[in-house]
Amino acid sequence: MRIVVDRDLCQGHGVCESEAPAVFSVSKKGVLTVVHENPAEEMRPMVEQAVAFCPTSALRIEED
Amino acid sequence: MSTSVELREPPQVSGGDDEHGHLEELRRDPIGLMQRVREECGAVGQFRLADRDVVLLTGAEANEFFFRAPEDVLDQAEAYPFMTPIFGEGVVFDAPPERRREMLHNQSLRDKFMRGHASTISDEVETMVSDWSDSGTIDLLDWFAELTIYTSSACLIGPKFRRNLDQRFARLYHDLEQGTDALAYVDPYADIDTFRQRDAARIGLVELVQAIMDRRRTGAAATDDDRDLLDVLMSIHDDDGAPRFSTDMVTGMFISMMFAGHHTTSGTAAWTLIELLRHPEALAVVTDELDQLYAHGEEVSYQALRAMPRLEAAIKEALRLHPPLILVLRVAKEELEVEGVRIAPGKLVGASLSVSNRIPEDFPDPDAFVPERYIEPRAEDRANPWTWIPFGAGRHRCVGAPFAMMQLKAIFSVLLRGWDFELAQLSDSYRNDHSKMVVQLQQPCAVHYRRRRVPSEVVTA
Repeated sequence: MRIVVDRDLCQGHGVCESEAPAVFSVSKKGVLTVVHENPAEEMRPMVEQAVAFCPTSALRIEED
Repeated sequence: MSTSVELREPPQVSGGDDEHGHLEELRRDPIGLMQRVREECGAVGQFRLADRDVVLLTGAEANEFFFRAPEDVLDQAEAYPFMTPIFGEGVVFDAPPERRREMLHNQSLRDKFMRGHASTISDEVETMVSDWSDSGTIDLLDWFAELTIYTSSACLIGPKFRRNLDQRFARLYHDLEQGTDALAYVDPYADIDTFRQRDAARIGLVELVQAIMDRRRTGAAATDDDRDLLDVLMSIHDDDGAPRFSTDMVTGMFISMMFAGHHTTSGTAAWTLIELLRHPEALAVVTDELDQLYAHGEEVSYQALRAMPRLEAAIKEALRLHPPLILVLRVAKEELEVEGVRIAPGKLVGASLSVSNRIPEDFPDPDAFVPERYIEPRAEDRANPWTWIPFGAGRHRCVGAPFAMMQLKAIFSVLLRGWDFELAQLSDSYRNDHSKMVVQLQQPCAVHYRRRRVPSEVVTA
């Protein structure tokens, strides 16, 4: 799986970081870094939570 | 921009033969005007506002174009002339997305402050209902507008500043909001009652803030525990020792900080309650959800951050049917193309939240209050990110949306568990006043309240 960020939509609320801190990191200025763009399969539940609760729907998962 | 396809000019909606085009209709029945644009012209149509054309976009494709466009393509700084006399010169209506992102993270809207805000908000609601007797009547506009002055000032500026406020601040603030007549597109300082009241209200607010600042200068110094944003602003001086921010500037900053979250949250709280009272079966589902969530004495500060799917669905449906902003505007900074239509530079470009929220293809039975449409797997808000747009969308989506939802959940956690409500007027007599760009409930808009007899209290009584 691959994580895709829509940079037009991301506002840096940091909800993804709370849901999956191993995968997402949001700086003090609100800039999102995807630490693992191709996370391991066992991360999937956390990543799906992050995608579902993103307040601006900026995240999606693309299957390999 | 070169293109092989011939672009059409935007089709013009009927009417608008008056001196200022469709201005009078926009002041009288803006939703009717915007619906007619979609019916007659489709997703891209045009009406006339004073000396400018407004290209009105509706539907997913046109909305996505609108909400994705960067500042240098669709600019909003000059799209809202009615806000300048309210905020004061030099206070912008909205910052660019990059700056907004920084503001979100430097200020009190950050996720980590939410729990404290939830506690503050439930305390404010408890304080307001502590004046209530066992039963009585409130005016929804007055009551929620006052409550949200206290909650937004406490959360955004600080609890100490909130304790310096009373009803006078709320009344003046309301006069400011009433000063958003679309006549500002002709002349923001036209000689009409609402603009005079607006200017008097702003002077009145500066005087209230000045009196608070005077008391602080002569009183005890702020401590780390109670220092608020006003203390911080008062402590900043220029090199020559003069205060950096005048009282007028400080007041303008506070007005602008509170503006986005005030009439919006106040109106949504009122409409959620009205719709729930119109639909007793939906109210029963929501009340049941709250009773179960709080069955073991949980704190609102904790629960308001958790999922409340039924209450959230009711709030979302109130927002879809009665969005607090019905039209958002930008100015085209270059020649644009949307769905084969040319938009010339300098034209106003608008997105209609109230029309898009009721597109029948996306929201079956669009005029009905159906909270179930948000429950999985329908999830019509997530399924329609470019037409379910009560908070806007894209890079300009309301950054306060998570805060607003938390606030509404906290408010109803207190109100619906402690009190029963009943419409005090005919059900269809509750409506919005659309004569100003800031939409407010039309008065009278009364409801009755009665202290709730929950089963456990009946047992101990």
